[in-house]
Amino acid sequence: MAHATDTTGTEPTRRDFLMLTTGAFGAVGAAALVVPLLGQLAPDAQVVAAGAPIDLDLAPIAEGQAIKLFWRGKLIFVRNRTKKEIDEAKAVDVATLRDPQTDEQRTKAGHERYLVVYGNCTHLGCVPLGNAAGEPKGEFDGWFCPCHGSHYDSSGRIRKGPAPLNLPVPPYAFTADTKIKIG
Amino acid sequence: MSGHSTYQPKTGIERWLDARLPIVRLMHDSAVSYPVPRNLNLLWTFGGILVFMLVAQIITGVILAMHYTPNATMAFNSVEHIMRDVNFGWLLRYLHSNGASMFFVAVYIHIFRGLYYGSYKAPREVLWILGVIIFLLMMATAFMGYVLPWGQMSFWGATVITNLFSALPVIGETIVTFLWGGYSVDNPTLNRFFSLHFLLPFMIAGVVVLHIWALHHVGQNNPTGVEVKDVKKDTVPFTPYATIKDLFGMVCFMLVFAWFVFYQPNFMGHADNYIPANPASTPAHIVPEWYFLPFYAILRAIPDKLGGVLAMGGAIVILAFLPWIDTSKVKSMTYRPIARQFFWMFVLVCIGLGYLGAMPADEPYVTISRILTVLYFGFFVALALIGIFERPAPLPTSIADSVLGGSGARLGHATAAAPQAKG
Amino acid sequence: MSLRLSLAGLVTGLTLAVSAPVLAAEGAPKPPAQSWSFAGPFGKFDQAQLQRGFKVAKEVCANCHAMNLIRFRNLSQPGGPGFTPSQVAALAASYTNIKDGPNDAGEMFERPGRPADAFPAPFANEQAARAANGGAYPPPIDMLAKARTYTRGFPTFIFDIFTQYQEQGPDYIVALLTGYAEPPAGVTLLPGQNYNNYMPGHLIAMPKPLSDGQVEYPKGADGKSPVPETVEQYSKDVAAFMVWMAEPHLEARKRMGFQVMIFLALFAGLLYFTKKKIWSRLPDHASAH
Repeated sequence: MAHATDTTGTEPTRRDFLMLTTGAFGAVGAAALVVPLLGQLAPDAQVVAAGAPIDLDLAPIAEGQAIKLFWRGKLIFVRNRTKKEIDEAKAVDVATLRDPQTDEQRTKAGHERYLVVYGNCTHLGCVPLGNAAGEPKGEFDGWFCPCHGSHYDSSGRIRKGPAPLNLPVPPYAFTADTKIKIG
Repeated sequence: MSGHSTYQPKTGIERWLDARLPIVRLMHDSAVSYPVPRNLNLLWTFGGILVFMLVAQIITGVILAMHYTPNATMAFNSVEHIMRDVNFGWLLRYLHSNGASMFFVAVYIHIFRGLYYGSYKAPREVLWILGVIIFLLMMATAFMGYVLPWGQMSFWGATVITNLFSALPVIGETIVTFLWGGYSVDNPTLNRFFSLHFLLPFMIAGVVVLHIWALHHVGQNNPTGVEVKDVKKDTVPFTPYATIKDLFGMVCFMLVFAWFVFYQPNFMGHADNYIPANPASTPAHIVPEWYFLPFYAILRAIPDKLGGVLAMGGAIVILAFLPWIDTSKVKSMTYRPIARQFFWMFVLVCIGLGYLGAMPADEPYVTISRILTVLYFGFFVALALIGIFERPAPLPTSIADSVLGGSGARLGHATAAAPQAKG
Repeated sequence: MSLRLSLAGLVTGLTLAVSAPVLAAEGAPKPPAQSWSFAGPFGKFDQAQLQRGFKVAKEVCANCHAMNLIRFRNLSQPGGPGFTPSQVAALAASYTNIKDGPNDAGEMFERPGRPADAFPAPFANEQAARAANGGAYPPPIDMLAKARTYTRGFPTFIFDIFTQYQEQGPDYIVALLTGYAEPPAGVTLLPGQNYNNYMPGHLIAMPKPLSDGQVEYPKGADGKSPVPETVEQYSKDVAAFMVWMAEPHLEARKRMGFQVMIFLALFAGLLYFTKKKIWSRLPDHASAH
């Protein structure tokens, strides 16, 4: 197919400044468009604001009991551990653990009775069993994830199964002897 | 106009793909080497602008759907949630709502350009009819989109427009009940309108593909209305010539678009739509969005319910028959002294009807609406008659001649023969 | 070329021209245009005015009108009244009756407000609001600055595109709040009706809400309020606050708009010259388009 242009042999051989500038402008404009188009995917102001710290009274949790609650839409376990469970957690040789952490690092000094951890398995996010009475607690008196068989000990540390990490400890602090603020 | 493909695969991968799925060849033939009449003016950039607007509306719309809740009790607040809380939500929502208006600005310019230059005439009848179908789909999409914020105008607009169908004899009431999914406009209506509002733009995109296919098959019309005779002299390759011109037109259009989005985002909307829908109270004046106003005026001009609905529908459908209504063989009104005057009167009639559509249904507006409605349809009658006796001005012999003012000698060709009217 | 351009311009202009906003304020005088700090392409809210407006809204309007699209946290976000997050937390906590629940016993309870909470509405629902207000419904005021307007008329509304006038809402609100008057002879008011110069139809259920000195404004260095404590000033301040409530991202929008317009104008200029250059490659330099 022939066009009027084909009769000329004067195609510029170098890209001149004007073309480059125009092209650069187009590229900058397209890149700027990406900011709102992707930015809108981030948590919106309402979601962020709803993640404010929450207060929790631990007094109703009897020894050996655990409760579930949500903060920022994430599940949190709070367990009031028995003496046996605390002793087991402290007796472990940290060097043998997959994700080495002492029980002291995972609880607040003076409040070792209470363990506060995120309640989703670090493997693929299922909720481990072991909170309600009668549920399997796994081989280490902690939690057992039914999806792929991960066992957590009474400090929420991974001991057996595919999960790579311990159940993480959310940010929290004691505001009174049996009151905590999560967040 | 579709000649032999000039695509030459350069690398092994390109040759491999070309033998299996010649998609790069298709792109090359339709967006690079495709021959474009060299005399197209800036009005021809609106096709590209419309493709841009459709893509922009789909992108912003899909994003808005991620944050919107199609439920009668939550829709209004979810739109406000987008405006207040979602990152850049105000920008995306204003882009989408003003984008609808700008889409119609562009499509009306595109339609009037086609009217003026006779782009509906043979061999472009199917191309033109596909355009009318796109226009109808756009109207349906825009109407259902306007319902989604569930403000007062959304609700009452939906009520009035769906009630139009009740004018149909026998089946009217059933159709309306089926449209509503109930006995009034309510949550089921909102839900199905949301679903259809999401679906229709993709149907528009499908018809746009057919529209462009038909266009590339018959070739573009041009301001002279004279068909391409010599591809070498009359056309230029789409890229870079038309590409850069379309881009320039697009960015100029975006300047106008941005002015409204950032500085006058509610100019083309209705204040009443910032009041949540209330089935117990109708706003003092309910009017459709501006782009429906001319047709709304025709609807109200007819004192009979069914007659009004038919007149309004007819005002759009008659466009599809234009290729056979217009009897003149000359395409461009540049060479049609009488038809050209009727064209400009028709433009003024449409604007006048738009103005009247926004006015209350009182005198003198009703009488003027009736006169203008007669004139609206009169334009089509006139086109049928004018072609019989009108003496067109002499047409250029070719596109190249019209561009070069007959001084084809510069290209080493004989000067154009005396201009004469062509069939 | 110029003919074709003007044709395109004409069609664009005229198409836009039919977009006359149709408004429901017949039979009332047009509200006078106020001067607003947030008007125009570089408009910004006056923080002190928004803070005063919030005080009026909180102490007067909020007794009957809801503004629960606003959350306490909004009051400290950029482009707003400029309260600090700690002021907002204290303000939220001063509302001790925020409904929440159910708790473990299955009961709803009341707790102090948090910044994420919506501004409490004075009535539980529209029916309760009507019952307490003689059958009239005090509409929510969070969106009112965008939900109220008046007819601009032809050709003014076309000029508005270029002057960027869009403050019909706050102008009307100021006019309404300052427009209470004695009914003219021949107009008898029923109980629960009041006469207002700017209300469409002139009859309004809301009694005159503001009076001089009603709201105490923060004192300046000289121990006096820097602005007069009058109905007119209260009206302007609360109308400005209502514009912010209806359009909390107005400042960000106009700021981004200026950047976008500059970018697009430069880009269009570059494309124009690039196009000229490309078309000049044609051997006969044919294109004048």
